[in-house]
Amino acid sequence: MKLTLRVWRQQNADADGAMSTYEVDGISPDMSFLEMLDTLNEELILKGEDPVAFDHDCREGICGACSLVINGDAHGPERTTTCQLHMRSFKDGDTIDIEPWRAAAFPVIKDLVVDRSAFDRIIQAGGYITAPTGSAPEAHATPVPKPDADFAFEHAECIGCGACVAACPNGSAMLFTSAKVNHLNVLPQGAPERESRVLDMVAQMDEEGFGGCTLTGECATACPKGIPLMSITGMNKEWLRATRKAAKR
Amino acid sequence: MTSYADYTTGEPVTDTKAPTGPINERWDKRRFEAKLVNPANRRKHTVIVVGTGLAGGSAGATLAEQGYHVVQFCYQDSPRRAHSIAAQGGINAAKNYRNDGDSIHRLFYDTVKGGDFRARESNVHRLAQISVEIIDQCVAQGVPFAREYGGLLDTRSFGGVQVSRTFYARGQTGQQLLLGAYQALSRQIAAGNVEMHPRTEMLDLIVVDGRARGIVARDLITGKIDTYFADAVVLASGGYGNVFYLSTNAMNSNATAVWRAHRRGAYFANPCFTQIHPTCIPRTGDHQSKLTLMSESLRNDGRIWVPKAKGDTRPASQIPENERDYYLERIYPSFGNLVPRDIASRAAKNVCDEGRGVGPGGQGVYLDFADAIKRMGRGAVEAKYGNLFDMYQRITDEDPYQVPMRIYPAVHYTMGGLWVDYDLQTTIPGLFAIGEANFSDHGANRLGASALMQGLADGYFVLPATINDYLARNPHQESITVEHPVVQEVLAETEDRLNLLLSVDGDRTPDSFHREVGELMWEFCGMARTDSGLRKALERIPQIREEFWRRIKVPGSGEEFNQSLEKANRIVDYLELAELMCLDALHRSESCGGHFREESQTPDGEAARKDEEFSYAAAWEFTGTGEAPVLHKEDLVFEYVHPTQRSYA
Amino acid sequence: MARTMWDSSVGKKTVMAVSGLIMLLYLVAHMIGNLKIFFGAGEFNDYAHWLRTVGEPFMHYEWTLWLIRVVLVVAVVAHAVSAYQLSRRDIKARPSKYVHKKPRASYATRTMRWGGIILGLFIVWHILDLTTGTVHPGGFETGKPYQNILDTFSTWYGNVIYIVAMLALGLHIRHGFWSAAQTLGVGSRTRDRALKTVANVLALLLTAGFIAVPVGVMTGVVN
Repeated sequence: MKLTLRVWRQQNADADGAMSTYEVDGISPDMSFLEMLDTLNEELILKGEDPVAFDHDCREGICGACSLVINGDAHGPERTTTCQLHMRSFKDGDTIDIEPWRAAAFPVIKDLVVDRSAFDRIIQAGGYITAPTGSAPEAHATPVPKPDADFAFEHAECIGCGACVAACPNGSAMLFTSAKVNHLNVLPQGAPERESRVLDMVAQMDEEGFGGCTLTGECATACPKGIPLMSITGMNKEWLRATRKAAKR
Repeated sequence: MTSYADYTTGEPVTDTKAPTGPINERWDKRRFEAKLVNPANRRKHTVIVVGTGLAGGSAGATLAEQGYHVVQFCYQDSPRRAHSIAAQGGINAAKNYRNDGDSIHRLFYDTVKGGDFRARESNVHRLAQISVEIIDQCVAQGVPFAREYGGLLDTRSFGGVQVSRTFYARGQTGQQLLLGAYQALSRQIAAGNVEMHPRTEMLDLIVVDGRARGIVARDLITGKIDTYFADAVVLASGGYGNVFYLSTNAMNSNATAVWRAHRRGAYFANPCFTQIHPTCIPRTGDHQSKLTLMSESLRNDGRIWVPKAKGDTRPASQIPENERDYYLERIYPSFGNLVPRDIASRAAKNVCDEGRGVGPGGQGVYLDFADAIKRMGRGAVEAKYGNLFDMYQRITDEDPYQVPMRIYPAVHYTMGGLWVDYDLQTTIPGLFAIGEANFSDHGANRLGASALMQGLADGYFVLPATINDYLARNPHQESITVEHPVVQEVLAETEDRLNLLLSVDGDRTPDSFHREVGELMWEFCGMARTDSGLRKALERIPQIREEFWRRIKVPGSGEEFNQSLEKANRIVDYLELAELMCLDALHRSESCGGHFREESQTPDGEAARKDEEFSYAAAWEFTGTGEAPVLHKEDLVFEYVHPTQRSYA
Repeated sequence: MARTMWDSSVGKKTVMAVSGLIMLLYLVAHMIGNLKIFFGAGEFNDYAHWLRTVGEPFMHYEWTLWLIRVVLVVAVVAHAVSAYQLSRRDIKARPSKYVHKKPRASYATRTMRWGGIILGLFIVWHILDLTTGTVHPGGFETGKPYQNILDTFSTWYGNVIYIVAMLALGLHIRHGFWSAAQTLGVGSRTRDRALKTVANVLALLLTAGFIAVPVGVMTGVVN
């Protein structure tokens, strides 16, 4: 396959960026999208040019590092992570636009690499259960009904890639935040911090400069792990419940 | 000049920390004997933790909970992305919830036997004891393990054992456990007890007066090289499987932290013990950048086979039942498809070498779910393995519900690592190594679902108990600053190395060298090793190294985000580590676990150990790049599990 | 609690949802009242008069009506101010656009924002036209709403403004009602279809019910 790539190039956070055009040839449909970019980078290095910087690590769809907007879609045309997207999803002769996640809370570091530390700070605000090592009761002391365990798991699957923010026209982090709130709040172990967790995480999310939710559903469509849009509804419910309870105290 | 292979044998190395006495009392005894640091004094101690995987994440969180000031590093943009996240199948624990005859002693026994009698009994027993607490801890943190309808935890079976002791969260157990540790760590970061440095890579270790006192690290965004000081340094930087270029490791997983520590005096133990995982998706071409694992749990229900006839190119569906060879079930009737990883991998290699492999290039065997789908129904198979099937389909464009999966072995885990004593301390006082970075618990082969167990055991329970002893015995260390001559020297060496990489301006990319050394290692130090092959590799590696420093091309500068520079610098260390791996493999002329020397096999082609000669851990001391290292042997004593020829038949 | 609500993006969405539902409730009543126009001037004008005497003798003349007006003004202001502030936050959160554009991405957001602005302007015109009579075409007469309405819908622009606004209202309710349910946390997987159906039916009924009046005038059914 022969392809034309238009790639966002930006030297560093403060520099202006622009799309640059590259041609790549000899691309196999079995290659992953990132392997296609590896091919381009090998050529660029040998030509003495700066290779395209992009985040990637596990290349098996679980670490959440890879983060490319391909032809306007976060992670490209298939519902998966960029690293699990294969070139068979494209046609010979295609022109492909590759851009970084774009959101005020995710500033560009270089080319296609963005700073997602805002997500870490949202988790730090309350996305945990306080259970210092050594303090745990016997695991079977508290049975968890299977539907609740499955619900928790479904939300815990979030890989924190940020595709939801990249896809949202408002740059909102509601889906990311709600996934963690739902995961922990449904479990009996998460109950003692149920209210403070959702209030603090939402406050931090706002603090980081993410937009609000207008329920366009773009986040859930882009999510490679299929976190449902209803996750946001669940968090709203938790938030209102917590606000009411806090007012009573 | 003597050649690298002419190693010398030095003083034996002994584990001075493991208590004697009944094995089930040793850990309690050690914990009681270990000195404690007064809670009020802990804040005054700084501990550096490198890495945020299961071991590092859990250690950082726990040390901070105990009151220490933790300074932690990861090269990823977030501690949540460490490669532990990719572990799929599960975590072992001797809970015996199934009442199927499991016990701490059985887990201990299975692990020692699975490791082909090349692990320390004391360590393994401790691991089995702690396994029980790990599950409790993770459940308390909200890890969403799979549950039964009654609300209790579900378990499944894994290779090399005959009980169901593996706890799991669908095919994403590593992810869920890591997020648990990450969340605990996040809580400590928010509390100000952990100073987290993401996108910062350790490039060297600072050893002052014989003690580990800090590290040199590079901020990957700005390129700034900085020094960090502490009272103790913990390496939780993972394994070195990426020496092979193609492995199931993450692209950026690397050996720099452990190798630099080794260069500064930490012994490196059993470097040749590499685990080749039997169930990975076969490679499709030269463009391949990494290999993807298919969880071992698939072997619970999938049946492995190849055609009986050589060169049979018919599609799987057209090969009738009586022309299929379910070779694992045939050769190992009692364990069947659930034999340990080293055995399953070697069997796959053997049938492919016989010309009975399937798929492009004949480098693959079938993992077939047709019977499971018939027995349990498609829905049940989907519920158990759905995400793995999806992943397979995405990568290969084949539907595993319709046609059997094709799998082939790939480098997955390294049992070797920095030598540590019972306290997980390396030969450099104050330097600890935990998780895959150390060598301690798996011997020559790791059982499935034991890596997660070991990482969390080390991080949550072992290290936090043992590091106290070191800090209590060294309460007032002289404070150091960047002006210290040793620090200046390490800093200068690091800067020189990076500058040299940038200044060669040759004509080959970092990846091309990585690929070359990786292919060499796979060929000569992979699934089957020979004296002549290893000697060939030992001859070739210094040549590649020499060529590397002549022809490497790294664009850009050191004062910016430069992924090529990061890569090139990691390859520098692979080019030295590879040499040590080959030497270790050459010197160990027995077969054991994942280390298979063709010269040492039973008549049936199984690994033949030579206990009288090799019942030791090989701890290597660095003497200089390309210079013959010194071997220190740690004799392994087996009081509870008596070495026998492993039999899974 | 009010502070937490107003300071949080989720809280502000709650304000929008609640104020939106109040307005929706009012619109349902308003539409039913409007339909009385098809029963002649007498019934319609009597109904308009009754609106002012509702609650008597407990309430004084027009007290109930003013109470409703106050609630509505508060709802409109809260709805609009929240919308404005949230939109500002949203636009700030996404300062640079993608070079490769996808039109569908912001469909719902755009129709809500532009629809909201259209409705806001419409409300101003609507009050000036039929409540105060300031911009009323022809002679506005207090207490004669039947004739006033005939006057308005005898002009082409009166019809255009009204019908466009009501179509915008339909679209606004369609996404807004469902959206409010999510914001208030009452949505769920099992309830989602029902909620969407209710949203669609409400949007359709209100739009059709309101548009029936100008159409009635235009076709001469109402005269």
